[in-house]
Amino acid sequence: MLRYANPARFMKLSSTLVPWLGGLALVALAAGLYLGFAAPPDYQQGDTVRIMFIHVPAAWIAMMAYGLMALASLIGLVQRHPLADVAAKAAAPLGALFTALGLITGSLWGRPMWGTWWVWDGRLTSFLLLLFLYLGYIALWNAIEDETRAARAAAILALVGAVNLPIIEFSVDWWTTLHQGESILRKGGPLIASVYLWPLALMALGYTLLFFTLWLLRIRTEIMTRRARNLMLAGEA
Amino acid sequence: MTALILRDVRLAARAGGSAMLALAFFAAVATLVPLGVGADLRLLARIAGGVLWVAAMLAALLALDRLFQADFEDGSLDVIALGPLSLEQTSFAKIAAHWLTTGLPLTILSPLLAVLFGLPSQAIGALFLSLLIGTPAVSAIGAIGAGLTLSIRRGGLILPLIVLPLLSPAVIFGAGTVLSALDGLRNGALPLLTAFSFAACVLSPFATAAAVRLNLGS
Repeated sequence: MLRYANPARFMKLSSTLVPWLGGLALVALAAGLYLGFAAPPDYQQGDTVRIMFIHVPAAWIAMMAYGLMALASLIGLVQRHPLADVAAKAAAPLGALFTALGLITGSLWGRPMWGTWWVWDGRLTSFLLLLFLYLGYIALWNAIEDETRAARAAAILALVGAVNLPIIEFSVDWWTTLHQGESILRKGGPLIASVYLWPLALMALGYTLLFFTLWLLRIRTEIMTRRARNLMLAGEA
Repeated sequence: MTALILRDVRLAARAGGSAMLALAFFAAVATLVPLGVGADLRLLARIAGGVLWVAAMLAALLALDRLFQADFEDGSLDVIALGPLSLEQTSFAKIAAHWLTTGLPLTILSPLLAVLFGLPSQAIGALFLSLLIGTPAVSAIGAIGAGLTLSIRRGGLILPLIVLPLLSPAVIFGAGTVLSALDGLRNGALPLLTAFSFAACVLSPFATAAAVRLNLGS
């Protein structure tokens, strides 16, 4: 893995990877969407069950992005690899985006199903807190001018958040069981039928590939921005 | 270390000290809530635990940017860092001093405000105990935020944004303790709060020291 920490090698590898990942993401998303619309309406939820195909994978990716961001932060902090810092920085806005997407689609799904846009349910609340964690991370990064300093400060924050995230998750779940009654929100039936499982799996694959495509693109952009700035500085001097 | 704690406590207690300001802020926020939601004492008793917890936490956060900032600006932080104490010990001392000058006074004031909210006596005891146990966690986790935002000129708004989500378990367990005392129930909120607070106080000095170290540029 660390062999590719050399930015030049990374740029070469990622430039071949990005089109493939992006193409595959498009194929998986198209197939998933097609199957999703071809699936019969749920006997209880009707057509709104299709929101699941865009909602659930977004939530998965939102969590995966935090894990990858924390991992990159750890590597950046321990090994002092600038590439790991860049990777962590690039993951944050994507994570925030997928978190927001999960919250918005969940809200749109909740309106017809639960009769309300928002419930103070465990999942929803912990996702809202996750969004704030992302926003705080991005804000901290933007506020510190010195780049290596910003990277290390943000990495510490990401790791503290990673330690605290399970506790937040647990406490919020515990909190909602304390207030019984408002939210008996278990999805669908006990098992998902295969007509729904297939599009869901394809969409999850598509989302994952899409995330990695965008992540690599963002890392590349960041590296190129830094190179351009260095060139400009060199030109001025 | 004791000397450092005493120095910080004295600084906070004297000229324009943050200790009194935090108390006044706490009381002011708690006064505004009944004005906003109405004077129904049954409703107020119901929300008192949550409101006082959130108000106490915000009051403690207000004093946080002074935790390292003043020492950082006038250079005493560099002197302290060169001294015999490790930055971890320094962070622990700072956290302790912050708690002694905000968390502890807030806890002592809270029963008075709780009476004004019409909280029955067994719930007042629970509120007092939960604040006594939980506010060290606020100081400890807040210190991480204060260390991270040390070199930012206007860190005032970023600090709460990064600290508040991390503190949500404290509010949940703290206010949960009060609510269950109100209902005459026993549940695991207080032990969980204790565990959270202990873990925060033990782990935070290391993260705080790392954050301060990178801002000192050593």
